[in-house]
Amino acid sequence: MATAKKGNRLIGAPVERVEDLRFLRGKGNYVDDQSLPNQVYAAILRSSVPHGRIRGIDKSEALKMPGVHAVITAADIGGEVPVIPIRLQPLPEVFPLRQPVIAVDRVRYVGEPVAVVIADTPGLAEDALEFVEVDIEPLPVVASRKTSATDASLLFPEYKTNLAKKFTGLKGDAAAAFEGAHYIKKQRLSVQRHMALPMEPRGLLADWRKDIKRLTVYGAGKVLFFNRRAVAQMLGLEENSVELVENDIGGGFGARGEFYPEDFLIPFSSYSLGRPVKWNEDRRENLSAMNHAREMEAEYEIACDADGTIRGIRGHVDVDNGAYIRSNGLTPPRNVAQFTTGPYRIPNIHIDVSVRLTNKTPCGTYRAPGRFEGSFFIERMIEIAARDLGLDPVEMRRKNLVTVDEMPYPMATMQHIDPYTDTECDSGNFHITFDRCLKEFGWDEKVKLQGRNIDGRYHGVAAGCFIEGGAAGPRESARLKLESDGTISVFVGSSAVGQGLETVMGQIAADMLAVPFERVRVFHGSTSYVREGFGSYHSRSTVMGGSAILLASAPFKEKLCKAAARRLNVSEQEITLIDERAVAPNGASIEWKALASDDISAEESFTNTKHTYAYGAHCCHVAVDPGTGHVEVLDYVTVEDVGKIINPLTLHGQVIGAIVQGLGSTFMEHLIYNEDGQLLTGSLADYVVPLADDYPVIRGITLDDYPSPNNPLGAKGAGEGGIIAVGGVASNAVANALSSLQVEIEELPLTPPAVWASIEKQRLVEGTKN
Amino acid sequence: MKLPPFEYASPRTLQEATTLLSKHNGDARPIAGGQSLLPLMAFRLAAPSLLVDLANIPGLDRIEIRDDGVHVGALTRWCQIEADRRLTAAHPLLSEAVKHIAHYQIRNRGTIGGSLAHADPAAEMPALAITCGAEITIAGAKVSRVLAAKDFITGPLETALEPGEVITSIRFPKWRSHRRWAFQEFSKRRGDFALGGVALHFDEDAQGHASEVHIGVFGTGDTPGRLSAAEEFVRGKKVDAGLAQAAGNIARSAVRVASDMHAGAAYRQALIGTLIERALVEAASRAIEE
Repeated sequence: MATAKKGNRLIGAPVERVEDLRFLRGKGNYVDDQSLPNQVYAAILRSSVPHGRIRGIDKSEALKMPGVHAVITAADIGGEVPVIPIRLQPLPEVFPLRQPVIAVDRVRYVGEPVAVVIADTPGLAEDALEFVEVDIEPLPVVASRKTSATDASLLFPEYKTNLAKKFTGLKGDAAAAFEGAHYIKKQRLSVQRHMALPMEPRGLLADWRKDIKRLTVYGAGKVLFFNRRAVAQMLGLEENSVELVENDIGGGFGARGEFYPEDFLIPFSSYSLGRPVKWNEDRRENLSAMNHAREMEAEYEIACDADGTIRGIRGHVDVDNGAYIRSNGLTPPRNVAQFTTGPYRIPNIHIDVSVRLTNKTPCGTYRAPGRFEGSFFIERMIEIAARDLGLDPVEMRRKNLVTVDEMPYPMATMQHIDPYTDTECDSGNFHITFDRCLKEFGWDEKVKLQGRNIDGRYHGVAAGCFIEGGAAGPRESARLKLESDGTISVFVGSSAVGQGLETVMGQIAADMLAVPFERVRVFHGSTSYVREGFGSYHSRSTVMGGSAILLASAPFKEKLCKAAARRLNVSEQEITLIDERAVAPNGASIEWKALASDDISAEESFTNTKHTYAYGAHCCHVAVDPGTGHVEVLDYVTVEDVGKIINPLTLHGQVIGAIVQGLGSTFMEHLIYNEDGQLLTGSLADYVVPLADDYPVIRGITLDDYPSPNNPLGAKGAGEGGIIAVGGVASNAVANALSSLQVEIEELPLTPPAVWASIEKQRLVEGTKN
Repeated sequence: MKLPPFEYASPRTLQEATTLLSKHNGDARPIAGGQSLLPLMAFRLAAPSLLVDLANIPGLDRIEIRDDGVHVGALTRWCQIEADRRLTAAHPLLSEAVKHIAHYQIRNRGTIGGSLAHADPAAEMPALAITCGAEITIAGAKVSRVLAAKDFITGPLETALEPGEVITSIRFPKWRSHRRWAFQEFSKRRGDFALGGVALHFDEDAQGHASEVHIGVFGTGDTPGRLSAAEEFVRGKKVDAGLAQAAGNIARSAVRVASDMHAGAAYRQALIGTLIERALVEAASRAIEE
C-alpha cells in the first residue's frame, strides 16, 4: 500500500473555521434554539440562605397554579439522593463532601437547588417559584477562609473539619535550601474569586421516551461520555439507552459541560413526567450556580543567592473552595502545588495547599486552573526578589529559566496522590520564546519608560514566562467512515465548546487521507458516534483527538486498498491511493466512492500517559493614572511554542481570547460576597468583564519549533497559554510603574479603586514620615 | 429572569395616558425607552400591574432651541441629542454629556424623560439637569406643573412625580456665549454607571474671573447635586491649574459620598476631587469660538 504524498497541505494552513458561517448568520443551533413537541419548562428554586437546615418545604400553593405540573424536591427523588461524581482526582477521602443533586436537609450556599418547578412556560415556572414555601433554619455562616479554618461552624459536622483536603508539591530539600540562603523573602499574595463566564449560559432539554426506553439529553458538552455514565447510573438506566447530544456551545473555558445538579434534575423531571423538559439558565442563576474559580491566597517564601539563582520556594496556599467538592474542584489546588514554579529551575520546592470549605458556590476549573494563580504568585516573587537584590528582572528570569539541555524537566512530585501524577516538561527551548517575546515587544526601548511619569501617568513594563500543560490521557477515539457519496465521515469523542474543533479535526483527517478539506465531514458531540470519549479539557482535543484520527487513518487506508485490490485483481500491496482513487500498477483504477459498499471504516484510540508542555513568554506595558487608579494596557505581547500548529487562525483566536480573559481576571472580574455569605454580584452590570474596546492592543505570536515527542502529530495543547502569565506579568507592570511610590501589589484584581488605594496607602505612610 | 405578568396599554394622547396612570393608583408605570424599567422588572424588583407606553403620543420627541433655552421633549432619545448639530453651539455641555451615557444600543432607545423619572444617582442626566438649573414640565390628569430639577429629584430612584403624572419636557436655560464648560466621568468600563462624574460651567468677566459657577457631581451618594463649597471657592477667581487643584481638594473634603461594592467612600471622594480639578483645567484651556 502507498499513499501518494502531496505534503501537508492543510495541517498548518490558515483554514477558515467551518463553524463561523453558521454562527455569523445566526444559524447556530444552541440548546435554547431546540424544542420538542409537548415540552414543558423547568425553573429551579435556589437557596437564598447561605447555610441552614431545611425544616420543611410547602409546595401546595405552587401546585394550585394553573399550568404548573410538578414541584420536585429531594423527597420526590425516591431513595438516596445522588451526588455529583468527582471526575478528576476522585479521592475517596473527600467523597463525603460531594454535592447532592438537590439539597436534602441542609443548604450550604446561596444558589443551591432546593426544588424544581415544572410548568407550561418558562415565565409561569418562574412565577410559581415564589409560591414554594421553604422553611430554613439559619446556621452560622462560613464566608471566608479565615472563618473556615476555625472550624467553629462546620459545613459537614460528620467530616469534623472544614479542611477538605491537603496537597503537597515536593522537590529536593526546601528546608536545607533555605538554611543560610543569601536572600529570603516572605510574601502574601492572593487571587480573587471569579469565574469562566461563557457568553451562553447553560441549558438542557431532556426527553425520556418510555415506549422505547430511551433518554436523550440535549445541551451536554465537554465530557459527554462521563456524564452519560453518571446520569444513567443515577436513573438506573443502561448506558446505551441514554444519549447525550452536544449542540453548538457559546464557550466552555472549563466550566461549561461539567456535571451539575441540573444535569440530573432535568433528565429526572422528564423521566418522572414522561414529557420533554427544557431548562435554560439565566445570567443571575449562572453567576451563583456555575462553578466559581481561583480564590486562593499564598504565603510563599523564596530563597536566592546574591546573583539571583533561585535556591528554593516554600510556603502554603489556602484555597476557598466553596461548599462542596465538585467534579473537578480538586484540580486547581492540586495544580497550584505542582505547577507554581512553571518554567523556572527551582530545585527545592515544598508547597502545601489547603482546600477549605466555605458557604459559597463550589469551585471548579477555569482555563489554566491553578496555573494562572501559581504564575501570579511566582512572577510576583521573582520580580520582588530581583528588585530587592538590585538585579534586572529579565536577567534574573534568564538565569533561572530551564534550558533545552535539561529537557525533559521534572516538575514537583505529588506522590501522596499517586505515582502517576509525576510529570515533566517534554521538550522545547524556553529561552528562544522569551528572547523573541522581548524583541517583538521592543523591550530595550520600552524599558526606558520604566516607572516614569509622563503627562500624569506612570509607565511600567514587565516580562514573564510560563508553561502550559495539555493532552491529558488516558485515551481519545476517532472513527473514519467512507460514505456512499465518497465523502469521509470523521467521528470523534472530543467535544466542541467553540474552539473550532470541526475545522481542526477536518484538516488533520483530510491531510492524512490526502483528500480535499470539503470531502471530510466531522461529527462530534454525541455519545452514539464512537464507543468512548473523554472530552475537551486540559487543552487536549487537538492533540488527543487529532492523534486518534491519525492512527485511524492507517487501518482505514488498508481497508480501502484491500477492497480495491479485490476489484482490480491485484494484490493489496500494489495499490496506490491518489486523488480519491485506488490505482493498480497497470493504470486501472477505481473511485473510493465505488468501494463504500465494502464498509470501509476504522476506529482507533490514541492512548497517552504523558502530558505535553507548550511554553512561552508574555510582555506587558501599562500606564497608570494615579488620580483614578485606572490602568491602560498599552501593549501586550505573547510568544508561545505549541509544538505543531494545526491551524494558525483558530490558534490565534485562542491566544487573543485567553489574554483578554486574563486581563479581565487581573483588572476587573470579581465575585463579591458579603460577610453574611450573600453574593453581591448578581448581574453583568456588577460582575465586570472586558468589553471589545477595553484592551485593543494585544499581539499573540505562535511558533512550532519544538514538536512534542509524546504524540504522532507533535502537537501540544495550546488553549491556555494566553491566560497563564497575565496576572503575574500585568501586575508586575503595574508594580513597576508605581515603583517610585513604593507601591506593593499583593492582591488581584487591580480595579481602579484597588490601585488607587495602594497608592494612597503609601502617600499616607510617606505623610506620617514627614 | 422573565418579566412578571403585566397589562399593557398604548394610548395616543397625553390625556389618555395620564388618565390610565391615575386610575391605577400608583400601580401603573409609564414606559418610554424601557432601558431602566425593564431590567428592574426582569429582576422582579418592580412589578407594575400596567405599563402605559408613551411611544405613540405625538409631539413629545422634539428638540427646540428658543430664546429661553433648549427645550427637549421627554421622549427624545439620546441618539437624537447626540446627532443634533445645533446643540454643539446651543448647549455644548448637553451634547457632550450624552456621549457618556451607556452604550450605543442603549442610546438608541433610552429617553431623556425616562432617565430623569428613573433618577439613578449615578446617571448623567439628573446631574446635568440640576447643574444647569433645568426645569421639568410635568403633565397630570388634571393639571400641569413645572419643577426645578433640584426639586424634582428627591432621593435615589425617587422623584416628585405623583401617581398619574408624566414628564413632558425639559428646558435647559439659555447657554451664554463664551461660556466655559467641561464634563468628566470615570467608570470601570466605558458606558458603565459612573464611579464618579462632574459637570460644570462658568462665565468669565472682563478680567477673566469666573462668575455664574455651576459645579455638579454624580455617582457619589443618594442624589446628584451641586457642590456649593467648590463653586464659592472658584467664584471671582481666575481658573488655572493651581486654582483647579485647590478646588479639587476642597471638593474632596466637601463632597458627601456612599460606599458600595464597586468603590469605597475614600476613593469616591478623591475621585470627585480629581475630576473637578481636571474639568476646571479642561474648561479653562478650551479655545472659545468668537
